[in-house]
Amino acid sequence: MNLLVGQIGHLSVILAFAAALVAAYGYFQASRGRALGDEDQSWLRLARGAFFVHGAAVLSVIVCLFNIIHAHRYEYYYAWSHSSNHLPVQYMISCFWEGQEGSFLLWIFWQVVLGFCIMKFNRRWEAPVMAVFSGVQLFLVSMILGVVLGGVKVGSSPFILLREFLTDLPVWKMNPDFVPKDGTGLNALLQNYWMVIHPPTLFLGFALTLVPFAFAIAALWKRELTAWVKPALPWTLVGGGVLGVGVVMGAYWAYETLNFGGYWNWDPVENAVYIPWLVLVASLHGLVLWQKRRTGLRTSFALVVATFVLILYATFLTRSGVLGNASVHSFTDLGLSGQLLIYLGVFAVLSIALLVSRWKEIPVSEKELNGYNPELWVFVGATVLCLGAFQVLYTTSIPVYNAFMGFIGIKTNIALPADQIAHYSKFQLWMGVVVALLSGIAQIMWWQRNNKETVVNALTAPTLLALLGTALTVLLVRYNGLTISPAYVMLTLAGLFGVLANFGTIFTLVRRGVRLSGGAVAHLGIALMLLGILASAGYSNIISRNVSGLLYSREFDEELNRDNVLLWRNETTPMHGYQLTYTGQFFEVPGVPGYVDKQFLFRTDDDYKALARAPITVAGKTYYKTGDTVNILPENTYYRINYKDVKSGEQFALYPRAQVNDEMGGGGLLASPAIKKFWGHDIYTHVSSVLDPRKEKPWSEPKESVLAVGDTIFLNDYFAVFRAIEPAHETAGLNLQKGDLALQADMIVSGEHRQYHAHPVFVVRNRMVGRVPDEVEDLGVRLTLNAIDPTAGKFTFGVSTTQKDYVILKAMEKPFINLLWSGTLLMAIGFGLSVRQRGGRGAVAPETEAAPEAEASAGTRTARPQPVS
Amino acid sequence: MKKSHIFIMAIIAVAAAIILSTTADASVYVGFGEARQRAAEGNTTKVHVVGKLPRDARKQPIGLEYDPMTDPNYFAFTLVDSTHIAQRVVYNNPKPQDFDASEQVVITGCMKGNVFMADNILLKCPSKYVKKDLNEGATASVK
Repeated sequence: MNLLVGQIGHLSVILAFAAALVAAYGYFQASRGRALGDEDQSWLRLARGAFFVHGAAVLSVIVCLFNIIHAHRYEYYYAWSHSSNHLPVQYMISCFWEGQEGSFLLWIFWQVVLGFCIMKFNRRWEAPVMAVFSGVQLFLVSMILGVVLGGVKVGSSPFILLREFLTDLPVWKMNPDFVPKDGTGLNALLQNYWMVIHPPTLFLGFALTLVPFAFAIAALWKRELTAWVKPALPWTLVGGGVLGVGVVMGAYWAYETLNFGGYWNWDPVENAVYIPWLVLVASLHGLVLWQKRRTGLRTSFALVVATFVLILYATFLTRSGVLGNASVHSFTDLGLSGQLLIYLGVFAVLSIALLVSRWKEIPVSEKELNGYNPELWVFVGATVLCLGAFQVLYTTSIPVYNAFMGFIGIKTNIALPADQIAHYSKFQLWMGVVVALLSGIAQIMWWQRNNKETVVNALTAPTLLALLGTALTVLLVRYNGLTISPAYVMLTLAGLFGVLANFGTIFTLVRRGVRLSGGAVAHLGIALMLLGILASAGYSNIISRNVSGLLYSREFDEELNRDNVLLWRNETTPMHGYQLTYTGQFFEVPGVPGYVDKQFLFRTDDDYKALARAPITVAGKTYYKTGDTVNILPENTYYRINYKDVKSGEQFALYPRAQVNDEMGGGGLLASPAIKKFWGHDIYTHVSSVLDPRKEKPWSEPKESVLAVGDTIFLNDYFAVFRAIEPAHETAGLNLQKGDLALQADMIVSGEHRQYHAHPVFVVRNRMVGRVPDEVEDLGVRLTLNAIDPTAGKFTFGVSTTQKDYVILKAMEKPFINLLWSGTLLMAIGFGLSVRQRGGRGAVAPETEAAPEAEASAGTRTARPQPVS
Repeated sequence: MKKSHIFIMAIIAVAAAIILSTTADASVYVGFGEARQRAAEGNTTKVHVVGKLPRDARKQPIGLEYDPMTDPNYFAFTLVDSTHIAQRVVYNNPKPQDFDASEQVVITGCMKGNVFMADNILLKCPSKYVKKDLNEGATASVK
């Protein structure tokens, strides 16, 4: 037992909390009653010192927690519940944030890093901005504080000991120093490289939303109502890019790992991040409008504040347990709902109150916008994003209404829509249409002088081409025997228009010798993503549907769609242009590329070790020899499915996975898909039901038969020929010693499609008889060599049978899904370009006064193109 | 009237449409009694029902019908709701792998004739997130 590391960790948490409190108060005092840039130096020094102490303490907490996980200190609940001895090191990083406390810690860590960046790059704003930062840190650290104040538990410490958490176990009475030998492990679903990089990306995005918020609050407080936009804008750009990429990373993880048949399920946890991202992007447009065209400042303030409050609301939704039945993957309820609610309430009320009190002082543009002002279209676009966010927010919050009504004593029974995908899609689709159209129109108009003639000239080409492209698409879709609804036609048109208009903008700007516009690249990416989503989700096609040909009329007369197909092992089934064959179960063996057939492995008492029954060879290289001990990952069983294209004869194999997962559903099996990527579509396949690989197969009572060499016996539906008796050679796991006698029978079993060799072994050691049965897994047949009568030349065999192996499979085709991923990449590049173009002057360089810049901006308004986000 | 007022009114109109439409789409938690009544009235909107599986003395659920050999897409079971009404439920998909262990089952769908056609099953299993039992994983042993 090592109690020291936990005590250091817990003390560091308390120190981090206290230091954040000092920093917040110090920065507040340094700036109170003084103008920006004229801080009280002694308070400032104190606050800075406190924030450095805070940063060091947070680092110490992280080191302690990681040590507990890395050194397998299972006396701590966190290590015991999130890690295990067999976990590879890279996934120990994921253990760190599997729990709520660790993920709070990650968030806290990013805000420390950002705080230091603010101290370095935004000196003039340091005091008021860092006062907000430290205040937020105070609340976040309180979530992992783990102290009891006046009978109220404040926060949940990651350094809690197992014996403090599971207090009722009888083992503590016998041995208070009991330490489990192994942990319960990281949820195997999270043992995926995306889970190593997705959470840090997402939490960096979360943390980045604090920066513009802190600037906005500082600006309201110091009555510097315009100057904050310039330093806040690059941070908002980084935030928009990072959060957007984080969301898509999560979607990609879900696509690869979960089995709901896609990348987005409108799960409340997904929505909780999608909503603030939409508002963040809208606020970004507001900031750009003010920075470049001196309009939309009030909108920017409101949206920046809204983004941060929505991030807090998202935290409340996913971590308070309020979602309950509505979500499959929210965090454990740690009893922090009250604390989260206070956090949400304090920041929402204070910031909104401050905003309202200064609202009249925020400058507004006197100019009435008309249709020839791109500002108007940017503004409309931002509004549509907010409406889209509102729609998702309103539906996602349904469990909150129930909880609230229950709290005030009224029983309600509203549930989320039964078909969530249809519900969200019917709104979000139209948001996509408007966003794609406006992004194209606004980008074109932003870069030119606008009047009737120029606008018509610039819009004609992309409009005509988009109409032509849409017509072709509709014809192609019809030609392939599919239908296309008017809404889909509109989205195709808007998406194509968005792609063409933004591409045209990039082309024009490059020809004019201007720097590549990050904004146009990002908008091009978004338009491509919309087209990719339309194709891959709208035309996702279940290719395993209704292929078995049999129809069982049960209670219903009407024909129902039957989405899953049953594949017997080694029997070929036709399915939508493919011949499918399930050819066996495989394990993953670290160090060996691909997968290893279970039939080559002899399981031992240690779940994680097996013996090789035959040489394990991949592409000519032998990795293990017969009898070698092989490390395996026993949680995952892979089912090899061979696909053969009937027309082209091309073949490929997919290995969908079933995972023994104790965490998701009481020791159940969890299916993960296997995906074959083509340039134009993906084939997505998962098992829906399999024979439980953990359970011993129930074998029938063995039937005995006495045979001589050359005899034939019937085994249920099959027959076997007893060809010979020979010295045993496949003796893996037998541990033969000198003086032992081992014989094996050579039986040839004829199945439906091929013949199998079976070698039951008979061993005599020190006059003791041992028998090693052999199994033909494809046929569900097991043979034992029970007795040998050497004088008569007769051999007694036992034959048992079991359930033949099968899988039930669901397969889908996802057309043009690569458009979505490549669009995401373009969007990220676009954000990156904008940050670079803007960051060069905004974030890193010392700041200048705002006034001359306003004139400069007014002067360049129409004359010369400028890079815009 | 200024243009900005028209704009604000348009926003309010869209927001109101969203709220109304969501209210129309929102489903409800009901018992089987009400589900049957709705079907009798010709109301085929989908509802949520929360229930438990009846179990025998050995805690095994009774009345599960799933035979992948005959039809891998037909799974039938009996669910008892909170008012103790038992109802046969049909799910045209394979049986969820961890179905037997589930403490609580939430289904969405509607009555069709004598059976409840479920198009979605949400399982709530014991030990779903918080690990409370040391012996659960069979990994603990005394040092």
